[in-house]
Amino acid sequence: MISADGNVFDTAVIGAGVMGCSTAFHLAQGGMKVAIIDRGLLCREASGVNAGTLTLHMTRASLVPYAIEAWKMWMSAEQWLGAGVLATHAPGLTLAFTEQECTMLEERAAARREFGAKIDILTAAQAFKKEPGLNSKLLKAACCDIDGFATAYLTGRAFRYGLCRQSVEIFEKSPVVAIDRRNGLFEIVTQNAGKLLARRVVLAGGVWIEPMLAWFGVHIPIKTLVNQLIVTERIRPVMRTVMSIANGLLSLKQFGNGTVLIGGGWQGIGNRENNETEAIPENLIGNLRLARFVIPDLSEARIARIWLGLEAETADAMPIIGDVPGVDRAYVVGSAHSGYTSGPFMGKIIAQHILGLQPSMPLFNPARLL
Amino acid sequence: MITTDHKADVLVLGAGPAGINAAVTAANLGLSVVLIDQNPAAGGQVYRPMPFQFTHTQELSDAEAIGAVQREKLKKSAVFTYFEHTVWNVTRDLRVDAVGPDGPRHWVCRALIVATGTTERVVPFPGWELPGVIGLAAATILLKSQKMLPGKTTLVAGCGPLLTAVAASIVEGGGHVAAVVDAASKQAWARGMPELISRPDLLWQGIKWIAKIKRAGTPILSASAIERIEPSKKNRLSVTVRPVDSQRRLITSARSQTIVVDAVVVGNGLVPSTDITRALRAEHEYVNALGGWIAKNDQLVRSSVDGLYLAGDACGISGAAAALWHGELAGLTVGYDLGKLDVQAYRALVEPVRKEFYKARKFGRAMGRLMAMPPQQVESVSAEAIVCRCEDVTRREIEAAIDEGAREVNQLKAWTRCGMGPCQGRTCGDIVASILALKTGSREAAGYFTGRGPLRPVSLEQITGTYEYSDIPIPKAAPL
Repeated sequence: MISADGNVFDTAVIGAGVMGCSTAFHLAQGGMKVAIIDRGLLCREASGVNAGTLTLHMTRASLVPYAIEAWKMWMSAEQWLGAGVLATHAPGLTLAFTEQECTMLEERAAARREFGAKIDILTAAQAFKKEPGLNSKLLKAACCDIDGFATAYLTGRAFRYGLCRQSVEIFEKSPVVAIDRRNGLFEIVTQNAGKLLARRVVLAGGVWIEPMLAWFGVHIPIKTLVNQLIVTERIRPVMRTVMSIANGLLSLKQFGNGTVLIGGGWQGIGNRENNETEAIPENLIGNLRLARFVIPDLSEARIARIWLGLEAETADAMPIIGDVPGVDRAYVVGSAHSGYTSGPFMGKIIAQHILGLQPSMPLFNPARLL
Repeated sequence: MITTDHKADVLVLGAGPAGINAAVTAANLGLSVVLIDQNPAAGGQVYRPMPFQFTHTQELSDAEAIGAVQREKLKKSAVFTYFEHTVWNVTRDLRVDAVGPDGPRHWVCRALIVATGTTERVVPFPGWELPGVIGLAAATILLKSQKMLPGKTTLVAGCGPLLTAVAASIVEGGGHVAAVVDAASKQAWARGMPELISRPDLLWQGIKWIAKIKRAGTPILSASAIERIEPSKKNRLSVTVRPVDSQRRLITSARSQTIVVDAVVVGNGLVPSTDITRALRAEHEYVNALGGWIAKNDQLVRSSVDGLYLAGDACGISGAAAALWHGELAGLTVGYDLGKLDVQAYRALVEPVRKEFYKARKFGRAMGRLMAMPPQQVESVSAEAIVCRCEDVTRREIEAAIDEGAREVNQLKAWTRCGMGPCQGRTCGDIVASILALKTGSREAAGYFTGRGPLRPVSLEQITGTYEYSDIPIPKAAPL
């Protein structure tokens, strides 16, 4: 199979998470004929199951400028994508309960300020004004106005709408089994959608970028983090900011529907090979204790659901966005820390690069990790 | 540490007929066994006892008598029981976490037997969420345990043998049953007769129930179902009933009737509980006649996951009588797998039990078939009917998501929040998947909600217990 009208695709994006979908969307907007291929459904892995935090506190310091741009894109998705993810603007607080955490908080805030994040240090009294539900044992807080959250599970529905509007052809439940180069084209063999021909390919498979790069004989190790997430049933309003602790191991927010999401990267068991995950009870209890300590009113909340998602991390914990080393017209986008926050913008800049435009911000050359 | 680490050879979840027999059989073979149940006493749904503060003034019914024998047997055994304990998490290395009156607790075991029975299915209609409308299973709890009537005048609707059991209990308790509305036709009952005759005692009991209902002057409306319920004056409910076809779809051209009552009891059969087996990623298969998705098993109670066993109706609707034997089968198989029986001894013990189980399940499975939901039945669920009660998701919203391209139940869940509430889709999962299957062509293609913890909603306070900040093992910092 080629494309519906018998032509070759200008670009085939493999991997339909936020990065892949945004890349496909912007390429199509730039006039290309685009296919997006996924072995599962749109945004049903990390992009659909993450905590939805849109924060600068947890973004790596040097990625702050990217995250600020992406934050604006999430907040205005209804305009540029045509459908949104209930992105909500709320101040973000990072909290310190020990002297050691106070030091860490100051250091981390300073590092991010250098890259343009407007983070202020608040006394406990100032923090209680922003967030009255906080534990009175609080010593200090860092506050950033550019923060908030999205409802991650709506990501697939929103991008499907946007991609359809841009006439991107979507091939779901179509695992790629082989890629060959023939007559200057990529021949992408899929399990359920036959063969697709494309002039360019973009690898956007999140934690699966490592095995994808191996299709081309390129070896870049990518670590898989197995993050646990917990959500409560709907409860009365008990918080109005997005919270974390100094070392980053908590993310806490209450959605408009009253549910409270508790995350922060406490690890479970799992691997990308068979994509099976399982929570570690002690880590669930630890994460819950931390959340309840921060907002004591959470005691009464009942847990409604626990799940896990895989997050990618490269050797230097920075993204890989650029040309696949040594392979003409093959590109890669992904593996960004806090990738959901910055995802839409990362897709946009790789699309600009592929379209021959100057990317709004520098890419992250994968060759550095060879 | 706030949790206490207990080790056991065998952990049994659910103290119904299958769970008790599995636990006692395994304990009698010399294994250390822990039996956990959310209820204050053993018995499960069918053999549920009255609260211990209550005393019987009448002769025990058959079910009450069997329940009493079961509880006595358990009491005399070496099984460690933990009642009023809610299991919220299980792992593949067979760790079970629960919360109880004394706080959080966990165990690790070598064999985990899931004997968690079934969940009731209700095919939604507008008004099924109104106060005064309860499930057949809920009604049996009221009647059996609390000796309480659902209302002065009650309408009993749905399908299967539970209808007559509940209606007869209401009559017996001095209540008035306005009508019994059975989606099963007289012909469907007649088709089940050859199997039903295999248990003349149970069949006779059923006939006595029907006679009791008829003597009370209650009409039995066969091949009919509730179309909608609306609030009526003085907190009463106005129920519209209409005939259904062989697929249990409402025949809109047929004449409806309206019945005004205080309470409605409704149930459309039972769905095997798969929350634990789904959470542990066991393989499942869809068998409509057995109630829906069930964990695949080797007929000797072993699931596809090492150390995970199934007993009773959790592996397909077969009835309480069969569950008693199936529990024993589970206890023996676990005893053999854990080295307490050699192969000859196991075979000698297991064969007669298996025979009895097959005999007993004939009746139960015939009942199960009467309760099974024809795939087309959900065509009659109206657009404004709430399908997911936790999240108030209507049929119309589900159809909109399907029209936008949702083709798998977990995708549907993400797009609409159906199944995201505290029941985790136990109530709506079967219905949502059936609605989607009308589009995808099969229940297999529609899939099932991925099993997720917690198995039951538990509060942060219950799980976390008492602790200080310094007790929290906070992992090392994320990269700067």
